[in-house]
Amino acid sequence: MDLCFEDTLKMKITFGTDYGCCFVELGKTRVMAQVSCELVAPKESRPNEGIMFFNIELSPMASPTFEQGRQSELSVKLNRQLERCLRNSKCIDTESLCVVSGEKVWQIRVDVHMLNHDGNLMDAASIAAITALCHFRRPDVGIQGDEVTVYSPEERDPIPLSIYHMPISVSFSFFQQGTYLLVDPCEREERVMDGLLMIAMNKHREICSIQSSGGIMLLKEQVMRCSKIASVKVSEITELISKALENDKKARKAGGRCGFAESMPQERITALKMDETPVEMTEVTDRANDIVQKAEAPSQTVPSPVVPVPGVGQVGQGLQNTWGLEEEDEEEENDNSGEDEEVKETKMEVEQHDKEGSKQGYYISFFNIKRNVHPKTKIQSLSNDSNVMEPQVLIISPSVCFTVIFKA
Amino acid sequence: MGNVVQRRTRGALRRCPFEVCGNMAGLELLSDQGYRLDGRKATELRKVQARMGVFAQADGSAYLEQGNTKALAVVYGPHEMRGSRSRTRHDQAVINCQYSMATFSTAERKRRPHGDRKSTEMSLHLKQTFEAAVMTQLYPRSQIDIYVKILQSDGGNYSVCVNAATLAVIDAGIPMRDYVCACTVGFVDETPLADLCYAEESGGVSSLALALLPRGGQIALLQMDARLHQDHLEALIEAAMTACKGVSKVLDEVVRQHLQEVSVLTGE
Repeated sequence: MDLCFEDTLKMKITFGTDYGCCFVELGKTRVMAQVSCELVAPKESRPNEGIMFFNIELSPMASPTFEQGRQSELSVKLNRQLERCLRNSKCIDTESLCVVSGEKVWQIRVDVHMLNHDGNLMDAASIAAITALCHFRRPDVGIQGDEVTVYSPEERDPIPLSIYHMPISVSFSFFQQGTYLLVDPCEREERVMDGLLMIAMNKHREICSIQSSGGIMLLKEQVMRCSKIASVKVSEITELISKALENDKKARKAGGRCGFAESMPQERITALKMDETPVEMTEVTDRANDIVQKAEAPSQTVPSPVVPVPGVGQVGQGLQNTWGLEEEDEEEENDNSGEDEEVKETKMEVEQHDKEGSKQGYYISFFNIKRNVHPKTKIQSLSNDSNVMEPQVLIISPSVCFTVIFKA
Repeated sequence: MGNVVQRRTRGALRRCPFEVCGNMAGLELLSDQGYRLDGRKATELRKVQARMGVFAQADGSAYLEQGNTKALAVVYGPHEMRGSRSRTRHDQAVINCQYSMATFSTAERKRRPHGDRKSTEMSLHLKQTFEAAVMTQLYPRSQIDIYVKILQSDGGNYSVCVNAATLAVIDAGIPMRDYVCACTVGFVDETPLADLCYAEESGGVSSLALALLPRGGQIALLQMDARLHQDHLEALIEAAMTACKGVSKVLDEVVRQHLQEVSVLTGE
């Protein structure tokens, strides 16, 4: 079984101004988690334990496939997986959340919102949830006899939750009946995958949850392999989270400004800039030369027996051009533009241009209209001379500008 | 006597924060002699009793008991797509599963038998399991409905549902790649326990539910909750696969017996 997985972990964690607010970017997937707490009555079956409540919101903002309000299958799946990952693994000491046994306990509520869906929502959600829980501070409570006083953050410093371990989930996607395995699938990979395996672990190499979904058949060896990869990834991620928490703590202590607005890089000038897409340009000139050399010399064209009316030109015929430009210069100019990386251009020399100028020749160039620099310069030079007729510019399609330049 | 004291102190140690509490109120999930709460050994399955063809109305039906957990499975299909025509697949059948628990199935009356998140999740898992096993490409543009109801819940709900549904699908005559057998195993005291009951499940034991196609050893569904160290994972999966193979033998016997009865009745 081939194993190819992403080694580079493009993960970024930032915190909001309030305690318990955390943004996670995993590649292009963006997720926000917010933790809040409230005093409520406990469940009858567990009178001295606090309550943990998890909620994942798939807002239509994240992806056009998400609908507002409807609890889709994906939403149920993610919610249940997060619950099982965080609640069943007992990562938080719920007994410490008890205030008055049987009457008042803290209810910790974690809301995770998907802001952008580019695959692997489960991983991003689990990282965001556990980081937010680590970041959160609950108000301090004082008990004197029967009286319970909840101190506001100004009166007494809020205290953090007691977290035993950090379960992090790692997702694996399978393709072609298990032949290929990808870690951390992006949205396009998710669409074509056969199935998904989610393993949640903590850095002590304890597996907190495993869930396979999709109609795939797994083998025991595949599961073992995935768990090994997961343990490596989880230790990396846990380190990153601890570092992020440390940095935030320092920033807050130093009194610096912290929060989501601060963490967003200033993108004013480059806001409309698109990322450069890498284009394989190493062999373009060689290939272009190959094509040109292998192309056959085009046949001689016979001029049609049409009498030219003044002001109208014909391919292959026309008045002597009086641009004043040397023929060699023009050729060089054309050649240079071919090597220009900015302009994607395929040239086709239809007829060999003779330096004596006795033969008639013409160039036909195909340009990408957006990057077209060529015709303008030509047109400008042409317009200077009234004896020369205008080049006919035919726009065949929006992206191809077909310029026929005449020469005699 | 000394041994029992030793176990009790070990139980007390487990109450420290970094260990999941394995004992509730002194219940020993695995005694020194290797006996569990209900007297079984670690690798022993509960008694399986099953009947196929319990309903005449449905295309296929089965009733299965595994210990005290009782489940009823009914299959309708393959038939034309009903409901949302847009979900029709041109090359295979769509499998529709619904899992629900009777309100009287648990110790406390269940207020919401279906529609809550757990039931929806179970239905999704069942659907996923059977999509892998049923040969859906033989019935394009059609739908197969599988309904499972838990009548009494005593642990291993998912596994019992899958086993019951397998029998029902066979009763309906829908071709499958292999029997789908499922079993829930837990890990206590470095020992895997096969086929957990409710007391064991709620004791905070790491439980793994596995749905297996026994002949090829292919896992159709794998689900695990609670903490388990990575090193124990392989042993646990192995134990689950062995238990599933045991279940498949029982199911096979039930099917053959049913076929014999039916053929006697129809006079073949």
